[in-house]
Amino acid sequence: MAGTLQFDLVSPERRLASMAAVEVQIPGAEGDLTAMEGHAPVLVGLRPGILRASGAQGASAYVVTGGFAEISAAGVSVLAELAVPLAEATAEMVDKLLAEATKAPTDAASKDAADKTVADLTALKAALAAH
Amino acid sequence: MPSLKDLKNRIGSVKNTRKITKAMQMVSAAKLRRAQDAAEAARPYAERMTAVMAGLAASVGTSNNAPRLLAGSGADKVHLMVIMTSERGLCGGFNTTIVRLARAKIAELTAAGKTVKILTVGKKGREQMRREYGHLFVGHVDLTEVKRVGYANARDIARDIVARFDAGECDVVTLYYNRFQSVISQIPTAQQVIPAKFEGAAPVAASYDYEPSEDQILADLLPRAVATQVFTALLENAASEQGARMSAMDNATRNAGDMINKMTIVYNRSRQAAITKELIEIISGAEAL
Repeated sequence: MAGTLQFDLVSPERRLASMAAVEVQIPGAEGDLTAMEGHAPVLVGLRPGILRASGAQGASAYVVTGGFAEISAAGVSVLAELAVPLAEATAEMVDKLLAEATKAPTDAASKDAADKTVADLTALKAALAAH
Repeated sequence: MPSLKDLKNRIGSVKNTRKITKAMQMVSAAKLRRAQDAAEAARPYAERMTAVMAGLAASVGTSNNAPRLLAGSGADKVHLMVIMTSERGLCGGFNTTIVRLARAKIAELTAAGKTVKILTVGKKGREQMRREYGHLFVGHVDLTEVKRVGYANARDIARDIVARFDAGECDVVTLYYNRFQSVISQIPTAQQVIPAKFEGAAPVAASYDYEPSEDQILADLLPRAVATQVFTALLENAASEQGARMSAMDNATRNAGDMINKMTIVYNRSRQAAITKELIEIISGAEAL
């Protein structure tokens, strides 16, 4: 039995989760990663995606966008600008974010970032539809 | 000397006023609790955010290519003041204290030869400042239709501020709002958001790995940090407004009670006097026969 780590998920408006988890899958800016107990301390930027945590009380999943995750040996705290439980997430919500991302003024420097956001959101939408 | 009828009407109207102020006080108490809960719920995010930003700023901020939001534009010529007040009145000195602080600051900055621009949030402060500083206004955020301030409101304001900064319209941005301390005490506060300052926060241990790189995360997080600070200020302001209204309405209710007592005494005295006068008239009339 693997050890547990403290998992916190907070958005600006509320704290969504605070529990002991065995593993937490995080949609990092440069790819997914899973944090377990004893992980090296790392700060990871988030991309829009699905975050999954599983622990003694079962598994839970959230849709998160924007923010970062702070991983240390003893715990993971995720600060997401927008975070909703997967069950409550809808395609319309993602559509709204998509519309926002596509219309954002893109100069040369932020063009790549905006394109990436759009790609990530599209992937997220597909994942939601499959869910 | 008002007639008995006038007095009675007056007492009745003051009683009605007292009922209204009492009701407003109770509504504010309920709203205050909700506003406090919201502020409480937002605290973990803001605290973690500040701690992480402080750590990042400490390690990146000293380098030459630090993001402009952190390092500033290299000048401090144009100051943008974001003045947050309420949308509704009848909340005691709530708006006046913020405006007073802002006024003092404007006078200080203008004396030092700086340019001041004002962005108002909430119409009450705008009304108070329009006559004197109307020419300094550069924008207004209307939250009349917003029942409960959400992060989206803060993000919009933050975007506006950051866009103005990026466009070179201002060098320093400061938020003015009331920090909630208790129901009877709200502290007008000025908080500088650009260039970012993270004072009083214990920076997280610097031994982190970063993915993507440190400065990329910092660049991504700085606008969010501005939004977080705006959000905290909005929530504090909302709680302060309700607190201020609650104590103002409590005072008003008490004053109305005092007034009713005084007027009731006057009313009873004049009623007594009228009765005595009538009796005297009857008796002296009978004696004259």
